[in-house]
Amino acid sequence: MAPASLALPHSARSWSLSFRAFQCWLIVYRRIWRSSIWSSVLGPICYIGALGFGLGPLVDKHGTASLGGVSYLAFVAPAILASGAMNTAMGEASYPVFGSLKWNRIYIATQASPLRPADIFRGHLMFMVMRIAMNCAIVMLVMWAFGAIRSAWVVLAYPAAVLTGLAFATPIAAWAVTVKIESSFTYIFRFVMMPLMLFSGTFFPLSQLPAGLRALAYVTPLWQGVALCRAFSLGTAAGDPLVMIGHVAYLAVLAAVGIWAGARTYRRRLYV
Amino acid sequence: MLERSEAEVLVRARGLTKTFGSFTAVDGIDFDLYRGEAFGFLGPNGAGKSSTMRMIGCVSPPTGGELSILGRDPVRDGSAIRARLGVVPQEDTLDMELTVRENLLVYGRYFGLPRRVIRERTAALLDFVQLADRAKSKVDPLSGGLKRRLTIARSLINEPEILILDEPTTGLDPQARHVVWDRLFRLKQRGVTLILTTHYMDEAEQLCDRLVVMDHGRFAAEGSPRDLIARYCSPEVLEVRFDPAVHDAAADKLKDFSAERTEVLADRILLYVADGDAVLAAVRASGLEPITSLVRRGTLEDVFLRLTGRRLED
Repeated sequence: MAPASLALPHSARSWSLSFRAFQCWLIVYRRIWRSSIWSSVLGPICYIGALGFGLGPLVDKHGTASLGGVSYLAFVAPAILASGAMNTAMGEASYPVFGSLKWNRIYIATQASPLRPADIFRGHLMFMVMRIAMNCAIVMLVMWAFGAIRSAWVVLAYPAAVLTGLAFATPIAAWAVTVKIESSFTYIFRFVMMPLMLFSGTFFPLSQLPAGLRALAYVTPLWQGVALCRAFSLGTAAGDPLVMIGHVAYLAVLAAVGIWAGARTYRRRLYV
Repeated sequence: MLERSEAEVLVRARGLTKTFGSFTAVDGIDFDLYRGEAFGFLGPNGAGKSSTMRMIGCVSPPTGGELSILGRDPVRDGSAIRARLGVVPQEDTLDMELTVRENLLVYGRYFGLPRRVIRERTAALLDFVQLADRAKSKVDPLSGGLKRRLTIARSLINEPEILILDEPTTGLDPQARHVVWDRLFRLKQRGVTLILTTHYMDEAEQLCDRLVVMDHGRFAAEGSPRDLIARYCSPEVLEVRFDPAVHDAAADKLKDFSAERTEVLADRILLYVADGDAVLAAVRASGLEPITSLVRRGTLEDVFLRLTGRRLED
């Protein structure tokens, strides 16, 4: 047989293939960023404004000892940051992944190129992280504008929030690519995201929960992210370095498991 | 044309098999695809054509047998092989929100091409598929035929050695089909190797140098369109249609005529004969009067009917 194989180039490195997919998401995003940016800005203004300045003064009147001695505004703002990262991750890793198979079929088109399922997954993940990072930056700006920040340590709340988002994005994307009907996402939003949002020490301290539920809340990923962001925003992190490392390790492991699983689920779904 | 042994084999399959659970989609097929030829898989829906295309496209690992593409293993070297393939999938996968030109840009970037190269190729490709005047329009409002031509242009952005087309004109109106065929024919003239699936016999006849008739995951026959017709069909075919009330009785009587073969379809009867007009005259002389009659040459549709007992588009 003639040496047709000699004409083949060496396969590009994986990170460069993933980066190609990311660039293509950027080209697509360039068309729609204006509409997406408004909800990213309005969301945190409404949340932090309403809770910090509407509900906050009422809470503060009854004493802030259980909040750690800070105003409700300072207490709730970093939790809005962390849960916002989760929301962005959920939004970017659910329907867009499903739609890339079923609606605009971006994955199917990409599959015919040198990109492998794992590259397609990682490239999309890079884009999700970019969206999470964008939204977290906006929330931090709102926090700063509303005077909700108590410490210079807050700069570390930013990577902490992005890590929280990543810890949600990777397992959800890994699962979303296997979903056959879109109504499955409704369950996740209703039965996972909403309870996490409400009971992860976001709007009230976990000490308000009954003991059994409190133990459950401690192991949820959003609580880890909220605790981390809050400790940095309030400047209490330095007091508990081991606890902080524990939160980071928890979130990093969850993100890593999602990355590992996604490479497999994407492959199984795309290479049939 | 080169002797087969000298020509370069781009795709080689031996005992190639694909199963999904207990269902066997491709059942141990053997073929060689040579550089520069247009090779067709003709068969009805569900024959295993698309499964075969996906395996050649390195997006579906074979369950069994051997497959080599450009001399490499599609499972191990899929990424490197796909860099040299162009794929026109059965359903368009264009990005509707982007413009015609942006679709080519995105796709070119997947192949790692520099923007300058993509720009140059985009201009040439849009000219080639006659879409240059639509470069800046969004994809969504384009007609099915224009979208198909854009998909073809997109599949050529990496200057592939093999172009894989899965039912390239299914769903297009006749005029749009002819434009697509014309473009594919020109590609073939330029030396691009084509692999295509179709359930249109006219498409297969127009485009394919060589084709296989595929049914239930196997090859029922293989050859050039002309060979297949000569081998499996009579020179002429007489089609007669009777009043439904006498259809069955007429079919019985027609068996006495010296046709090579008779096919009784739900709405008409086909007689495979050497001289259609002579047989039609004999039919009329015997007292049978068809409502309509047609003498035509044998086609791949007849070959398929003969080999599988079914019609292609059923």
